Amino acid sequence: MIPIENFLILSALLFAIGFYGVMARRSAILILMSVELMLAAVAINFIAFATYLDADAFSGLVFALFVITVAAAEVGLALGIVLRLYRERRTANVDEADSLKW
Amino acid sequence: MSLAQELHYIGPALALFVGAGVVLFADVLSGRRAPRWGLTLAALAVALAWTFVLAMDGDARGEALSGAVRVDAFSIYFAFLLVGVTLAVVLCAKRWADSIEQGAEFYGLLLISAASMVLLAQGNDLITIFVALETTSIAQFIMAGLARTDRSAEAGLKYLLTGSVAAAVLLYGFAFLFGMAGSTSLPVVAEYVASAPESGRLPLLLAFVFIIGGFGYKMALAPFHAWVPDVYQGAPSIVGSFLSVASKAAGFAVALRVFYTGLGGGDSFMAEDWAIFVAVIAGLSMIFGNTGALLQTNAKRLLGYSSVAQAGNVAVGFAAVAAGSTIGPSGVLFFLGTYAVTNLGAFIAVHVVAERLGTEEIADYAGLSRRSPALAAVLSLCLISLTGIPPTAGFIAKVYIFNAAVQTGHDWLVVLVAVAVVNTAISAFYYLRWVRTMWMDDPVEETRFQPAGAVQVVLLLSGFGVLLFGVWPGPLINAARSAAETLSIL
Repeated sequence: MIPIENFLILSALLFAIGFYGVMARRSAILILMSVELMLAAVAINFIAFATYLDADAFSGLVFALFVITVAAAEVGLALGIVLRLYRERRTANVDEADSLKW
Repeated sequence: MSLAQELHYIGPALALFVGAGVVLFADVLSGRRAPRWGLTLAALAVALAWTFVLAMDGDARGEALSGAVRVDAFSIYFAFLLVGVTLAVVLCAKRWADSIEQGAEFYGLLLISAASMVLLAQGNDLITIFVALETTSIAQFIMAGLARTDRSAEAGLKYLLTGSVAAAVLLYGFAFLFGMAGSTSLPVVAEYVASAPESGRLPLLLAFVFIIGGFGYKMALAPFHAWVPDVYQGAPSIVGSFLSVASKAAGFAVALRVFYTGLGGGDSFMAEDWAIFVAVIAGLSMIFGNTGALLQTNAKRLLGYSSVAQAGNVAVGFAAVAAGSTIGPSGVLFFLGTYAVTNLGAFIAVHVVAERLGTEEIADYAGLSRRSPALAAVLSLCLISLTGIPPTAGFIAKVYIFNAAVQTGHDWLVVLVAVAVVNTAISAFYYLRWVRTMWMDDPVEETRFQPAGAVQVVLLLSGFGVLLFGVWPGPLINAARSAAETLSIL
């Protein structure tokens, strides 16, 4: 069996890459994709823990399902708002969404 | 446990959820021609939820839905607070909701958000907490972007992007907590933490930092506060009033629930580790919030920064851990109770001015005392209370929470209280400058105006509450104390 550390390292890497993406990307769509990476990392964590812990720990699998559902809801909503902003400003770049400052 | 009892335990949240469904269906069935129904139905649903809360036995303690939710004095205290705030917001929203196309959707989302917050304060399982947190957040993202203005869409987008990152961070912490404890149920997690080996310290600490980061976003604590001023300014002002009071209270409720019910609070062997971390971000919140507010000319943006600073004050109570004592959490509860009354009054007054005078600039508040004396009086009272000057509720709340922190006897908490006191002095500058503008400066025009009837009632109640809790805080303090005592379950 693959040791659990491998899964944890994979998920930590994914999480870090996602976080870097959130910080470095300027397009709202790319930021959303990076957030998806972070959430996928979390889901991997939950599933790995649930599999390696005793059989009663299936709540981890349930949790992973909820994570996926919520992520989908968030992306759907975000795309709607990005589209609205794009219609008004002709950009999906978060740096140009700057009417609220100081 | 019988089904009736379980339903009774989740009654308030259920009434709000069903109410949201009814509001949305009525809107569709009536062909979107009767926006007034939205208000009536929403008010009815909230009133029903309120009765459910009042019908609850204050001493009840128990779990419902196979341990997914917990009912105790703590959850009832927050249900009372959150449903009360929702009722006030519904009553004040009429004019604005009638002016937009999606009035019914606004009421529906407001009820969904409120229902999830009530569930959040009841959460007894990490899954319940996560789902309730995300439901309330997603409803708030939409509400923030609901107005047909450019800024509103921008606020919605910023709120959503930062919110989903915070959710991912929180979940990462939850995953580690689950991996170590082997269960998502808070009582099981509590048992694990109570008997955790010394080797569990580092992974637990990692989980704590992630969880505090995720909740800190909801509580509007620095350095997770960057969204607050933008969203408060860009979102419709009535939505801002809901966010600034209810969302923050729910954030503190769930953080206290996780850290005191799930992680053993002051009794745990790691209490000081996370408490010092909370103390640092509390200090940062006060400093960032107050220095940011000094420069603001926009009333809503100023309230946004002020809300960050106030979150720092509340977090002093959160950080005040002591073995076998819940004086810190009781301070948080009491502070949030007075803060709800105070900030709601201030934000609704700003909402009224924005609606009637079409301005959010503080300079345009000049001479408000002559144009609408009652409004100016309530707003001034609320601002004085936010500063923390007697005989208002804000003064008692600050004294109580700082005293609680000092009494726990940690040196670093005394330093934190010193920072807080200095910050109170700084905050007086921008709060009182605003009050002075209202009473001393000459108005540009002299036309008088009055808020609508229901709004007047809410404003008067809030002003009355600020004074009442300022001179007679006993009952609220007792309620907060007995609520905080039910937090610990081991």
